[in-house]
Amino acid sequence: MQDDKIIITLSGKDKIGIVARLTTALAEYKVNIEDIKQTIMQGYFVMFLLGSIAESDYSFKEIKDALLKVGEELQMEIWVQKKQIFDKMHNI
Amino acid sequence: MRFINSESIIETINMIKVQHLDIRTVTLALSLRDCADRDVRVVGEKIYEKIIKYASKLVEYANEIEDEYSIPIINKRIAVTPISLVGESCDEYDYVYLAKMLDKAAESVGVNFIGGFGALVEKGCTRGDIALIESIPEALAQTKFICSSINLASSKSGINMDAVSKMGQIIKETAELTATEDGIGAAKLVCFCNAPGDNPFMAGAFHGIGEPECALNVGVSGPGVVSAAIESLPEGTSFDELANKIKQTAYKITTTGELIGREMAQKLKIPFGVIDLSLAPTPEEGDSVAGIFQAMGLEHAGAHGTTAALAMLNDAVKKGGIMASSHVGGLSGAFIPVSEDAGMIEAASKGYLTFDKLEAMTSVCSVGLDMIAIPGDTPVETISSIIADEMAIGMINKKTTAVRVIPVPGKKVGDKAVYGGLLGEAPVMSVNNLSSAGFIRRGGRIPAPIHSLNN
Repeated sequence: MQDDKIIITLSGKDKIGIVARLTTALAEYKVNIEDIKQTIMQGYFVMFLLGSIAESDYSFKEIKDALLKVGEELQMEIWVQKKQIFDKMHNI
Repeated sequence: MRFINSESIIETINMIKVQHLDIRTVTLALSLRDCADRDVRVVGEKIYEKIIKYASKLVEYANEIEDEYSIPIINKRIAVTPISLVGESCDEYDYVYLAKMLDKAAESVGVNFIGGFGALVEKGCTRGDIALIESIPEALAQTKFICSSINLASSKSGINMDAVSKMGQIIKETAELTATEDGIGAAKLVCFCNAPGDNPFMAGAFHGIGEPECALNVGVSGPGVVSAAIESLPEGTSFDELANKIKQTAYKITTTGELIGREMAQKLKIPFGVIDLSLAPTPEEGDSVAGIFQAMGLEHAGAHGTTAALAMLNDAVKKGGIMASSHVGGLSGAFIPVSEDAGMIEAASKGYLTFDKLEAMTSVCSVGLDMIAIPGDTPVETISSIIADEMAIGMINKKTTAVRVIPVPGKKVGDKAVYGGLLGEAPVMSVNNLSSAGFIRRGGRIPAPIHSLNN
């Protein structure tokens, strides 16, 4: 289901343990990781993650709230969005 | 996108975060025709109950969707059947009471505005229409969420000059009854030619008589996104490429709006109506239609060339939007409200943008003379004549035009009217001081125009 796919975008100052902290939270909330990309842009660490919440017992909102807290802990900006917005906007 | 396309993700987030892309409104359009009764109290109760039944979850669902896609949904609104039709069957008219019941319902469900306190009188007025029009000043002064619109003209019917004359007076009275807030009542009152019945934007939203029982209409906006897209092109890029870039950008904005609209409609279990792709500015920096003119190479809004720039912008926006959705409707184009656009406010304050230039621009924009503050002592006949001119532009050009002017009580040219929020602030602009009284006093109707020999 398209509705089950989410895109997580994390950005900020690079440091040790970013991926570990995020993926631990995802495992806890039973979000399956389908693709990960990371890069350095203008000196900042940026990570994109495609996840599926199909197998999760938690709602989108619960997962998003948990990930926003992770963002706060890491002092990084985090966006959690359903993937459909990107599919609609960038495909004909 | 099966895998991650990081460029697309960054572009989308930038559009939302930096360029102010938002869903300007999700508007629940609802027929109230079945609320008619001989007893006005019964009509009021029926209206209240029906709105609660259909709209109680509107705000909650909009907030959920906003969270899921991280795109702001600025306004949640309701548009209803023109109330003149709903209240007309009553033995005794009391449109102010009906306005209060609409207001109470709007407050209960938590929407920002409710539109449709209006009448369609392009060819003539019924008794109910007249009673409603006469109740407007008091209705807008005694309510908080009501918006009112009156259709005074159409390309098929001509211009109802009796009603135009009346509306000049009604606008003035409405402003005077809300004098302590710089005549804000008049900011919630709009006169139309060729009013669309599926427009989700205020103050002109209403649920047209050919519309279904209910529908969810969406208005998207993004002047900042269009400005940024134009600025991303190399300097001196030709109009051909410029128009294409605007179309592509409009496409992206519209697809997003349609996604949100369809999700909202599904949650509310009602049909999706239309998406209205309008570049609706806000007073925030970087969210300005005037800013688009500057990005196109004009020194400021009002410079010679502004009308051509607006014509191209309006057309390109429509073309991009049409491709993105099966059902594009409403006003769909570029809005040029003065008080709601930081660039327009600046241009008007500095004298770059005059009332006459604005009128010229309305012949190619998607709406009309919008949110323009004029001196409080402007004669009623002059206000009526401003309306007549604007109706004529719409009637002859077969387009929607509108007038939302505010004769600000006690203020003169150079003063400022301040409304706050999305309504912004407006410098009081000068109007032509010559008298139009003899013209307006004639009354009657300007006949419908010929639809051939188009020269």
